Amino acid sequence: MSLLPWIPVATLVGALLALVAGARSAAAARVVALLTALFGAVAAGAAAARFAPSNELVTLVDLPWITQLGIRYHLAVDGISLSLVVLTALAATSGVLFSWTVAERVGEFFALYLTLVAGVYGVFLSADAFLFFVFYEIAIVPKYFLVAGWGSTRREYGAMKLVLYSFAGSALVLAGLVWTYGAGGAEGFSFGALTEAASRMSYGENVAAFGLVFFGFATLAGLFPLHTWAPTGHVAAPTAASMLLAGVVMKLGAYGCLRIALPFYPVGFAAWQLVIGWLAVAGIVYAGLVALVQRDFKFVIGYSSVSHMGFVMLGLATGEIEALAGATLQMFSHGVIAGLLFGVVGRMVYEREHTRDLVELEARPMHRRLPGAAAVFVLAGLASMGLPGFSGFPAELKILVGAWNFHPIWAVAAAVGVLVAGAFTLRVMQRAFFGQFGAAGAEPGEGGERLTLPEKLGAGLLLGATILIGLKPDLLLDWIVPALQSPAFHFAATNVVP
Amino acid sequence: MTASLLLTGLVAVPWLGALLLGVAGSLPARAARSLAVLASASTLVFGVLLLARFDPSLPGLFVEERVPWIRSLGIDYHLGLDGMGLLFVLLTGILGPLALVTTLRRATRVRAAGAWFLLLQGSALGVFVALDFFPWFICWELSLVPAFFLIRGWGGAHAGTAAYRFVVFTLAGSAGLLLAFAALYAATGTMNFTDLARLRAAGELAGKLGALGAWTPVLVFLGVLVGLGVKAPLFPFHAWMPATYAEAPAGVSMFLTGVMSKMGVYGFFRLLWPIFPEELRAYAGPLLVMALGGVVLGALAALRSGNLRHMLAYSSLNHVSYCLLALFAVAGAGPADGVAVESALVGALLQAFNHGLSASALFFVAGVLEQRSGGDSDFARFGGVRNAAPRFALLAGVALFSSLGLPGLNGFVGEFLIFRGVFALQPLAAAVATVALLVTAIFLLSFWQRVFHGPRSGAVAGSFADLDAAEWRVLGPLVVLMILLGVAPQLLAGLINPLAMSWAASLTLP
Amino acid sequence: MSIDYALLFRVLLPEALLTATALLVIGVDLVWGSGRSRGSRLQMAVGAGLLGVGVAALVIWQDGAQGSVWAGNLRVDLLAVAVRLGVLGLTGLSLLGLTGSRVSDQPAEYVALALLATVGFLQMAVAQNLLLAFLALELASLSLYVLAGYDRSRPESAEAALKYFLQGGVSAALLLFGFSLLYGMTGRIDLTGISMALAAHADGSLSAVAVGMVLAAFGFKAAVAPFHPWAPDVYQGAPPMSAALIASAAKLAGLAFFWRIFWSGLGPLAATAPLTGGAGGGWVPVLAAMCAVSLLLGNLVALAQVSIRRLLAYSAIGHAGALGLGLLSAGEVGPGPLFYYAATYGLATVGAFACLALLDRAGDGDRIEDLAGLRRRSPLLAACLAVFVLSLAGIPPLAGFFGKFVVFAAAFRIDGLSHPAGWVALLAIAMSAVALYYYLILLKQAWIAEDVRVRGPIEVPPAAALGVVLAAGLLIVLGAFPSLLLGRF
Repeated sequence: MSLLPWIPVATLVGALLALVAGARSAAAARVVALLTALFGAVAAGAAAARFAPSNELVTLVDLPWITQLGIRYHLAVDGISLSLVVLTALAATSGVLFSWTVAERVGEFFALYLTLVAGVYGVFLSADAFLFFVFYEIAIVPKYFLVAGWGSTRREYGAMKLVLYSFAGSALVLAGLVWTYGAGGAEGFSFGALTEAASRMSYGENVAAFGLVFFGFATLAGLFPLHTWAPTGHVAAPTAASMLLAGVVMKLGAYGCLRIALPFYPVGFAAWQLVIGWLAVAGIVYAGLVALVQRDFKFVIGYSSVSHMGFVMLGLATGEIEALAGATLQMFSHGVIAGLLFGVVGRMVYEREHTRDLVELEARPMHRRLPGAAAVFVLAGLASMGLPGFSGFPAELKILVGAWNFHPIWAVAAAVGVLVAGAFTLRVMQRAFFGQFGAAGAEPGEGGERLTLPEKLGAGLLLGATILIGLKPDLLLDWIVPALQSPAFHFAATNVVP
Repeated sequence: MTASLLLTGLVAVPWLGALLLGVAGSLPARAARSLAVLASASTLVFGVLLLARFDPSLPGLFVEERVPWIRSLGIDYHLGLDGMGLLFVLLTGILGPLALVTTLRRATRVRAAGAWFLLLQGSALGVFVALDFFPWFICWELSLVPAFFLIRGWGGAHAGTAAYRFVVFTLAGSAGLLLAFAALYAATGTMNFTDLARLRAAGELAGKLGALGAWTPVLVFLGVLVGLGVKAPLFPFHAWMPATYAEAPAGVSMFLTGVMSKMGVYGFFRLLWPIFPEELRAYAGPLLVMALGGVVLGALAALRSGNLRHMLAYSSLNHVSYCLLALFAVAGAGPADGVAVESALVGALLQAFNHGLSASALFFVAGVLEQRSGGDSDFARFGGVRNAAPRFALLAGVALFSSLGLPGLNGFVGEFLIFRGVFALQPLAAAVATVALLVTAIFLLSFWQRVFHGPRSGAVAGSFADLDAAEWRVLGPLVVLMILLGVAPQLLAGLINPLAMSWAASLTLP
Repeated sequence: MSIDYALLFRVLLPEALLTATALLVIGVDLVWGSGRSRGSRLQMAVGAGLLGVGVAALVIWQDGAQGSVWAGNLRVDLLAVAVRLGVLGLTGLSLLGLTGSRVSDQPAEYVALALLATVGFLQMAVAQNLLLAFLALELASLSLYVLAGYDRSRPESAEAALKYFLQGGVSAALLLFGFSLLYGMTGRIDLTGISMALAAHADGSLSAVAVGMVLAAFGFKAAVAPFHPWAPDVYQGAPPMSAALIASAAKLAGLAFFWRIFWSGLGPLAATAPLTGGAGGGWVPVLAAMCAVSLLLGNLVALAQVSIRRLLAYSAIGHAGALGLGLLSAGEVGPGPLFYYAATYGLATVGAFACLALLDRAGDGDRIEDLAGLRRRSPLLAACLAVFVLSLAGIPPLAGFFGKFVVFAAAFRIDGLSHPAGWVALLAIAMSAVALYYYLILLKQAWIAEDVRVRGPIEVPPAAALGVVLAAGLLIVLGAFPSLLLGRF
């Protein structure tokens, strides 16, 4: 008996407990939150250890729910969802660790945080489109309160923008799915039923419905030009929220595209493919260039997220197994790396230096003041640059391979994106941490502020993940690739190399 | 061919040393320095062990390690060494410890500098032994990180900009490489250098790449070309170079010019030529022009330069461009005179090695001068060093004349062979390059004259110490090697002759 | 035609019980209440009222659906049972909320009037006959007019009552006019008869006028644009629990009422009546257009509001558009979705107004900023308010989400985008994203903004607390298990 199906519920219960515990003591709320996150991690880890890759969604639980509409409480898992569940577990756990210093309204903070996490888990495990959507929306509202309540830099504006974009995106999705349900005469909201219903739609309807669903999801995934919520939202968010937002929540959108939009409407997908690819490429380069000129440390990371998610969307746009696998791997990879980067900026730097202004940081001997943060950021930055040996590399490589097969110019443009990513990461690394490196001064004094234990654990968890997957991407690809060979992805061109 | 862990050990020991230095927080500076030197010198030991296994009669790989690594990307952990690789490993083994000693000599933060340096050295070695794109690219990219920090943290006043520009330029090249190998993988399902070369030899590669799109083969070729060209550097991708060589600390400059620029040259021989001979041949004209551009403009820029480091940087561009000139001449000529081909190729590789020795020696000389003058490296600030420090002047003179290509010193052999080959293959190019030889002689000699001769002036006017023991230990071995290899060049040529002969044979076949 | 009077009595027993309770409340108050504090009089009245409501609900629950009664003049089908229970539930919650309101001079009469209005609602749910229907509607409306103006201490209340009364009177007149035309055309006053007669023969222009009149009346009752202007003033001016009744129970009963009129009576004119020049359109396209305008107007104007209650009013106008959509699609898929939406919408509205009543009692203003610091002053209220507002916004797993979802699904089920309902549904979905903005503004004040003034905690009487908690709990449970309601049809 697997613990996997219990994760969403258990996390919600944990949220409630954190709220209750928080009313008494902040420490108790923290512990509850950590235990809840660890439960998810243990359950995901146990499931991963025993996971036998297959090309079908393996049902975990399947109960009738709203029989009048043929809606079922159906949780299932395959290699793709399991990868992302593991990612969520990692991000959620390290997010709690990086939030150890939250001091205000701790119970509420973790309750909202865990609600968000529960929604994310639920989305990744859902095998019924309605259930998927419910979890998807559960993940939206807590974001508002997390950002508006505990954030910084124009937090109310950022929170509102973030939530309205997400919600508008989900409204598009809802419209597309309900339309498909109605017009195609589906018996329920299971993936199969809706796929069938979509196939009964006319060509024009199929194309339009795909547009609604895909761009709805893509809004959350930060596809250019629907991405503008992401940088402001991420910057405004408190550390753990921005870790989770960039790390996992953006993946919800991409996952929705992969799991729902593409398989449901292969016909519509074919019609939109070129548009999506060009938008993805534009996003990669544009966001990268914007990141290059930011003055706020966190904005750099925010735009870098958009740029990296562009790779995911590019992989999806090619519609090839190779690149879809790359896109999934990139979701995982970016989830880990973005979590790490936001953790460094928000927790390690901002909380100690009270500024994220690169000009100010440049004037401080940061490598001596925060040697630990500098070390973590160097590694995370290298990972973010897509250096081989870190998880981003195999992912981007696979996406490039797909892009070559589909549209060589995309590959070239994406390579430009890789270069720009290198440039802005290097720039921010240099200015934020090494502005005074090499300047007159003694050895890096032991007076530098050390990382706390929770920070070390959180950073270690994420760094370990990105390096492990970077050196052994087969660990995940062996799950993902079989899942992509399921009948649901029959549309995917099997341009698999000899 | 024997399986062993020698190659893994070759790369891993410097990395382990770096790791040890990185984590051993309380290590005293002296111990840290000794540890670093030991780890760095291990390369020479491994190099000698490998040399013992080298079979001069076999042109191919004589050591190889290959185990599957990432199935889903068709990646193997594949290391291997042939004579050419061994040449560069030995070069690293010689220059690594010397450059490290120079770097650490007066450095603050010895532990950090040593760790970064060892990381750099290990990465460079990895590039010379890896035969699969993935491990190769790991090392290729990883080398940027320590280089960046060494320049940034221990370099001159404008080191920040220089380091940033250096890395961004190289990253641009890396993006090209990544793009190219993604396409190669998309077309063939492998990123292994030897497999790709085999596919090329079987004539299958072009068709497979062409299937991806009409422009793909060209794009892929350009990607690799840019990637390697930035590193070498090939004119006009050299814009990062003068500032970087000028701002890096002297020891690091030694390594940059001695070893890292050779990573590019090596790549041309290991990747570009075996995998893209047709493209190389088709574009030989423009490429020759680029190489000649490096040769000529490098020399002219060095001539105009009033700054020691800039002069040496441009001189490096000039010398490295000879290697590429030879390669492009061979590639462009197609089936041709076997002797000329062989001579050009052997010359190119020897030139790479010899330039490594003499250029690092000269950068060391520049470092000494700067150190004595308090950081200044304008010619105008020096004069009459020979009077003040005769032994230093003697050794510097040997290095200088080696760089100039004086017969009897090592630099002569490579350049001579290159010219011999290129004259037969591309007479016009050789003729133009000869002009540059002249210019090289002028700027080197005028440097020699202005700095070492005449009355003591500028920074030399006051007290100007001769070489101390530590400096002897660096410059001495280099000079000895220069003389030794000048007298007995076959010591090195023996490493690459079989390879060059087999290349020449494959080209002269009907 | 024989009439089973025993059955008729059974069916009308709830109405009778409520009427008796109303009289009893007044009587007891007169005798027992003199000299007692207003608070205890209120408690007595509410207690008695709740008792009456409870017993009535029990009776309805016990009897269940009984089909046509009294020669088909009343129809107690599943929908009728559900609506009657729903109306009673919402009334009960309103009464609970009343205990947390500012106490009026005459609490017993207030309760009695509310009960009488409820009698009207109950009748609206079962009437199958134009005359009865009109009577029921008027009984409810007249009581509501008075309730709207009940707060004599505030001129706004009187203004609200007057506006409500004047516009309501016009709408009643229109409805009556429409009914007369229907009677004139068909010679029948029972809905089945009208439907059959219309199907057989419909006079184009006359039926157009008749349908137009009924639509206008519907527009008024449900606050669908362009017949909505009373709503903001009444929501703002009337005592909170009066507004709650108007916005919840009255709406639920009204929708059931008009569902019967439109589909049981005017069904044949749905798509064929010559309102649009005979080109294949009937009242359906017109209603669709009204809904669309309502959705746009309600949601967009709500963005600009500073008063909480006016904001709720405009949001109600927006919701009325979606409810109208449910009415549109109810012909195809039955009244289940419509009922679910209306009932859960009513729950959220009653709950929200109960919260506002408590704030009002604590002396707070009605501006959105007045919610600031609510989290500190009363976590319970803040939490419940969050549930109500998020349910109104349509956030899962709350009932408001599923209500919208099921209505949209029904609308698309008709014929995808080939039917105007599909397009209205698209608009409604788009507008729900707009709506989230102003709902979040409310919650931002309640949960995040810090209070600039120092105000003490809000006192919440147990009964009122029970009311809001019950409403919030129901929204969560019904949202998580919508089959509890949907399964009744």
